[in-house]
Amino acid sequence: MSGRATGATAERVVRQLRRDPRTIALLIVVPCVLVFLVDQLLADRPQVFEQVGVPLLGLFPLVSMFLVTSITMLRERMTGTLERLLTLPLAKLDILLGYGIAFALLATVQATIVSAVGFGLLDLTVANSKLLVILLAVANAVLGMALGLFLSAFARTEFQAVQFMPAFILPQILLCGLLVPRDEMAEWLQWLSALMPFTYAYDALSRAASDPTLGARFWVDVAVLVGVTLLALALGAATLRRRTP
Amino acid sequence: MLPGLDLDVEHGSVTGLLGPSGSGKTTLIRAIVGVQIVAGGDVSVLGLPAGTKELRPRVGYVTQAPSVYGDLTVRENLRYFARLVDAGTGRVDEVIARVGLAEDENSIVDALSGGQRARVSLATALLNEPELLVLDEPTVGLDPVLRRDLWDFFHALAEAGTTLLVSSHVMDEAARCDRLVLLREGRVIAVETPASLLGRTGAHELDDAFLRLVEGAAG
Repeated sequence: MSGRATGATAERVVRQLRRDPRTIALLIVVPCVLVFLVDQLLADRPQVFEQVGVPLLGLFPLVSMFLVTSITMLRERMTGTLERLLTLPLAKLDILLGYGIAFALLATVQATIVSAVGFGLLDLTVANSKLLVILLAVANAVLGMALGLFLSAFARTEFQAVQFMPAFILPQILLCGLLVPRDEMAEWLQWLSALMPFTYAYDALSRAASDPTLGARFWVDVAVLVGVTLLALALGAATLRRRTP
Repeated sequence: MLPGLDLDVEHGSVTGLLGPSGSGKTTLIRAIVGVQIVAGGDVSVLGLPAGTKELRPRVGYVTQAPSVYGDLTVRENLRYFARLVDAGTGRVDEVIARVGLAEDENSIVDALSGGQRARVSLATALLNEPELLVLDEPTVGLDPVLRRDLWDFFHALAEAGTTLLVSSHVMDEAARCDRLVLLREGRVIAVETPASLLGRTGAHELDDAFLRLVEGAAG
């Protein structure tokens, strides 16, 4: 692994993203509009918006980076550029970290702007620092990227990759605690939810929003997020095969 | 697939890998650059097992379909690959000029013609001056002038010391190689110079020589 190849890859991915301003606009505008919609939807129930608004800010980057990464990586596999990169003197980790850095930068921009809308225009408040929410959002984005990298290996076409959204993301949004608090779910759903990374992302965000002491559980959440990210990156690296049939 | 093939490629020469579509050219090439899962047997290149880490800087590989980033410019693509193989910016200018893309260096690759895209892909493999350059059907879909230019270019590279292995399914390109490896249905049917192939089969054209070999093998 070398800093040179990692940096070069990050720069290349950022350049490619900049060539596609419409995607960047969608990545930034769509979450802002969605947060606004939720705000309007819950106009008569401001305390509910307080509860779900901040977690939403932090979950958007997870979903969008997951999708962007899985499609980008799939393209890289389909056009043969990945095969060529793997014949060059560079480590797989250079490719993965390069992507990670580029998408983390994009996620920082996204999370900062969506948070500015949430905190500035929609008057969301947090019990802790707003910076903590942004940091969690960026961590979630990196998690989304790592999951996207890994799962892209299981898609042969872009249609399949897009179907990972309802298949992989939607159940996690349903069960993470955002719609129904986890302790009110059937026990088997609680078990299922405990296996899902979104649950920990949501829990960390909601504690950052409403619990001034954060508590020990917050740090468990953060540890799980970091652990799952590293695991997904390791599994993702394992799917980058230098030799293929 | 491809049993018992021992291929000695002379240093600084152009060896052609000829055969119809589906004869195993791409599989053989991928085995040589070490991206193919080989069912049995060992493939060694430059004295080392194919695909070894030490070989990666020494072997250049140009895939059949151009494998460059379509949403970047010619120069951006080359700068990226140059940084990966630790080649300088001066080298980027050199290879862009070498493949005749100096005027298009700031064009987005997707906006270029198929032939130009193929040359961008070729240029990326030249950056670190590999000892062995393996090209999978580099002239497919190119007009005759470009094909001639590209073959002249391959010979210029060989004269400068690079060893080239070039696959093609067009027999008239065989005449441009120093040596030929003929493949059919996953088997090597001949390894020799174009002149000796013509002499041995008594054919006047290489296309004809190939046919005689195939029919001779069948009968």
